[in-house]
Amino acid sequence: MIRFLITVIRRDVLLAARRRGDWLTAQFFFVMVVSMFPLGIGPEPTMLRLIGPGVVWVAALLACLLSLGRLFADDFRDGSLEQMLLSPYPNSLLALGKALAHWVINGIPLLLIAPVLGIQFGLPAEALVILVLSLAIGTPILSLLGGIGAALTLGLRGGGVLITLLILPLYVPVLIFGAGAVEGAMSGTGSEAHLSLLGAFLVMSLLVAPWISSLALKISVE
Amino acid sequence: MNWESWEAFWAMGGYGLYVWGSYAMTAACVVGEIWLLRRHRRLSLATLRRLQRLNP
Amino acid sequence: MNLYYFASPATFYPLAGKLVPWFALLAAALCAVGLYISFFVAPTDFQQGEGYRIIFIHVPAAWMSMFIYVVMAFWSAIGLAWNTRLSFVMARALAPTGAMFTFVALWTGAFWGKPMWGAWWVWDARLTSELILLFLYVGYMALQAAIDDPRRADRAGALLNLVGVINIPIIYFSVKWWNTLHQGSSVSLTRAPSMAMIMLWGMLIMALAAWMYTIAVSLARARTLILERERQTEWARLQLEGQA
Repeated sequence: MIRFLITVIRRDVLLAARRRGDWLTAQFFFVMVVSMFPLGIGPEPTMLRLIGPGVVWVAALLACLLSLGRLFADDFRDGSLEQMLLSPYPNSLLALGKALAHWVINGIPLLLIAPVLGIQFGLPAEALVILVLSLAIGTPILSLLGGIGAALTLGLRGGGVLITLLILPLYVPVLIFGAGAVEGAMSGTGSEAHLSLLGAFLVMSLLVAPWISSLALKISVE
Repeated sequence: MNWESWEAFWAMGGYGLYVWGSYAMTAACVVGEIWLLRRHRRLSLATLRRLQRLNP
Repeated sequence: MNLYYFASPATFYPLAGKLVPWFALLAAALCAVGLYISFFVAPTDFQQGEGYRIIFIHVPAAWMSMFIYVVMAFWSAIGLAWNTRLSFVMARALAPTGAMFTFVALWTGAFWGKPMWGAWWVWDARLTSELILLFLYVGYMALQAAIDDPRRADRAGALLNLVGVINIPIIYFSVKWWNTLHQGSSVSLTRAPSMAMIMLWGMLIMALAAWMYTIAVSLARARTLILERERQTEWARLQLEGQA
């Protein structure tokens, strides 16, 4: 079963590596969205420091949602998804593999870019560390929950925006505690509580989200 | 009775805009929903009957 | 009589048709009583003057918005578990009414907040959660609207509904945390005036009225949905001819 999981992840990562354009677009989207905020609000440093964590987190959410549309769609279109669903391995394992691959492809780069963006907002070093940490715990959750949305909206027109509409409410707790952790670090009130809760969400998502995604896949593919 | 006069009733102690703004919107929503419901039914039945005439 | 008798669309349709007027009547009567209490019996509030009378709509609407979502989830669960078409229809029929009440709760919340707290919108935990609930309703309706195949739409919507209902406590808890963190000594619409019993009665009666209204409206909506889905069946064709 582990081999199946690794195969699924490797396949997706390989496919993404071959189509680097899509992946790069999402990362640039992340950077550009973050840059929009100072342009829209003003470059005042104290204010930027205040909104920085939230802005980076929201941009991460949006970048993640942007790329979720393709999670199952390409395989669905060429018929390979149905074949994979027929395999002897549980479908939730497939969903888990897909979500993890999505995180490797889209989430990990966010972790690398985020500190740079944090510096743009004048976040202090401890805050940057917590920012990356919170994103490291949070982005897998985003991929896992997003898988549910991607499975539900498989093959539908208006897909990308629809996924956003469906999944953003579910992202709210992750956003609150993710950005809250960084703010806690900056204000000195500490971020352990936020990060622990995020960790708990991650565990819950790992256990439950792939199963729900597999149910959604069955509904969408039949 | 709480009100000495109709004017006092409409004025709601100065909060008239907010109280009546709330009740009015609610009434509008309820009426709107019922109207939309009947409209949906009317249009749907018309379409279904037309289909039925074409496919007896 | 076996209750499962009414699980068939053919028998449910006429039953619902007979029930709608009764529930509508109940709703109207309860509403009349509730409005009478809210305007003519409930006294002026010491702190908030006459402005507080908005709670006779705001609180029942908020209660209903949450209650309806849970009832939808109940029907969604039944539908997914037993594959009963009618359950999915009921969930679908309830959604627009639930969204309506959520909107009313938000609107009246804003209209209550402006005179009391000086702002049209405060990001307090309850209002923000209510807003997210509206997003959940809209998402449900949007998903079903985007799917052409009724069976897939039913089941996808049902799954989304269940995911939403499980997440509501998590979302509410997070928003509450977020709110206390950022506002500290919060101005909160939840700190209602200490209720005189009559105010509570007024809210309860209005809530009951809203509930009866919801049943009436959703049964009526369900009837139309059933006709659309069952249009190929014999009984539906007879119905359509009969109502020409």
